[in-house]
Amino acid sequence: MVLGRAFEDKCAKMYYDRKMLGFVHLYNGQEAVSTGFIRLLKQQDSIVCTYRDHVQALSKGLSARAVMSELLGKATGCCRGQGGSMHIFSRKHNMLGRFAFIGEGIPIATGAAFTSKYKREVLKEADCGHVSLTFFGDGTCNNGQFYECLNMAALWKLPIVFVVENNLWAIGMSHLRATSVPQIYKKGPAFGMPGVHVDGMDVLKVREVAKEAIGRARRGEGPTLVECETYRFRGHSLADPDKLRDPAEKAHYAARDPITALKKYLIENSLANEADLKAIDKR
Amino acid sequence: MAAIFQGVGAAAALSSSPSNSFGSKKFVSSPCRPFSVRKGASFAVVRSDGRVNLNPKGRRAQQLISNAVATKSDSAAASSSSKPGHELLLFEALQEGLEEEMERDLRVCVMGEDVGHYGGSYKVTKGLAKKFGDLRVLDTPIAENSFSGMGIGAAMTGLRPVVEGMNMGFLLLAFNQISNNGGMLHYTSGGQFTIPIVIRGPGGVGRQLGAEHSQRLESYFQSIPGIQMVACSTPYNAKGLMKAAIRSENPVILFEHVLLYNLKERIPDEDYICNLEEAEMVRPGEHVTILTYSRMRYHVMQAAKTLVNKGYDPEVIDIRSLKPFDLYTIGNSVKKTHRVLIVEECMRTGGIGASLIAAITENFNDYLDAPIMCLSSQDVPTPYAGTLEEVTVVQPAQIVTAVEQLCQ
Repeated sequence: MVLGRAFEDKCAKMYYDRKMLGFVHLYNGQEAVSTGFIRLLKQQDSIVCTYRDHVQALSKGLSARAVMSELLGKATGCCRGQGGSMHIFSRKHNMLGRFAFIGEGIPIATGAAFTSKYKREVLKEADCGHVSLTFFGDGTCNNGQFYECLNMAALWKLPIVFVVENNLWAIGMSHLRATSVPQIYKKGPAFGMPGVHVDGMDVLKVREVAKEAIGRARRGEGPTLVECETYRFRGHSLADPDKLRDPAEKAHYAARDPITALKKYLIENSLANEADLKAIDKR
Repeated sequence: MAAIFQGVGAAAALSSSPSNSFGSKKFVSSPCRPFSVRKGASFAVVRSDGRVNLNPKGRRAQQLISNAVATKSDSAAASSSSKPGHELLLFEALQEGLEEEMERDLRVCVMGEDVGHYGGSYKVTKGLAKKFGDLRVLDTPIAENSFSGMGIGAAMTGLRPVVEGMNMGFLLLAFNQISNNGGMLHYTSGGQFTIPIVIRGPGGVGRQLGAEHSQRLESYFQSIPGIQMVACSTPYNAKGLMKAAIRSENPVILFEHVLLYNLKERIPDEDYICNLEEAEMVRPGEHVTILTYSRMRYHVMQAAKTLVNKGYDPEVIDIRSLKPFDLYTIGNSVKKTHRVLIVEECMRTGGIGASLIAAITENFNDYLDAPIMCLSSQDVPTPYAGTLEEVTVVQPAQIVTAVEQLCQ
């Protein structure tokens, strides 16, 4: 999480220094979701995200150097500079991509889950329990591809977990203004899968829910829809003036910063002390 | 009704013995007429599958004929009673190709609406679900964009899906996935992922199917960077292209035509593929190059009969590869005849013909004695009424007139 935060802050600096161009979407504030889920995965499991996911890439194991090089358009980047911020891929780490259009990655993740099931049942690779995770936001939950894939995943009991990072805002559109029934987790049961809501600012709570959902998928019991209530501290992208969000709302969530919260937890529960945490920050 | 079947009859006779093509002595059992156009090395270059079989001895397990060259007509007289090969209809040829590839490679699977239990709306996947199971021949819900995306995701992670659009027109709903993901992912991932997917289905103007079921999507898809497009027109090339497309590591869109599924032809028993990037010489000639594909091939051949009677000698090439164009075959033809007529079912605006004109002009302008003529469908939604529908597509009479004009 700390690496993620530091990485994103560095991106912001480079962007404002005009060293990084294009669209850059930062993840500050949402780190708990990424860490909570992805750190539970094996290398052969796949993840698919939308454009706000430098940190997902880092969590999945890509080196910070490879990702940063890609963001700067260098040939040493993970995609040889051909993809950029919104298109990070890694075959080795089974990061099946970040996508620029929202919702586009969900069918891809569904396909990866299909391959996993196919390998187990047709190719008879009996121990293939690869799971597929797809991360997307609240805005995506009003998009057709989301619903089409919820249907297919439940229909064929695919090993996939749909992770909604509900940060309440799609650029300048408040989730409440765009959605008839804002509780996204309720849409799971409508398609025949469990829908879970979790506090996305608390990495340990996220991890618990993730364990259950990933376990379900691995055992062949089918998909789960997890809604993580989270918040992005910065604007939608570095080009976003971010005028619409209420300062009080921002302050409320800033107080629930996942990194600070975890630090507090670790110290309170004597799992680590100040010195250890400072050492992590230094790295 | 009658017009089409006349054309069909002529075509079936024309493309009946492709197994007698280039140099390989192993297949000759019936008499082999030498061809006036023999390009030697060019036909030996197999670009799609990277293998060349010039060894007449020793039958390997998979001997491939990568070229289909049709003979001139009147080969019926030369045939003996025990002809090699077997006769089937175009949709059966597609099915045979698909089935053989599914047997050969367990990773090949099919996804689409009604492909499984129903057997496919045009019977291309008939019987396959029973043989290979419901997961390998997957009946999807009606969600083109998502199941096409699912196919692409599966292709990225190791499978080789064949996605069927029940009608090509439905794939407009999948344009997002086909363009953004199918076409682009190989590039944006810096080459890390390949997308060995085949997207296929029936398109073209049928028999009063109405505007939305009569679309020609080849023009819409042609600009997408990263995909390959081929159009089949005979049982022989349908099977060959289906197999080659499945074996290709690239995303390939295979265009079939609603009215051609019942064409009958005798095809080889042996395993063969057709090169994805190669055009097919249908009728060698000297006076004019007629470039066409899919159903219009038959209108052209029908017009060719009339033209021959009037003393013309048209060279007819079925371009087959819509993206990329086989400029080698086309160029050689232009250099010989110096006149070009394109006959297509695409719309005039932004169609395959439009791109072909640009490509030929850019590369072979010095060899042209006359401006290129292009006959395309009218730029209108296809009407329902039969008489109106007939007028929106190119008819043989128009082709004859065009050649006469071009050869003045």
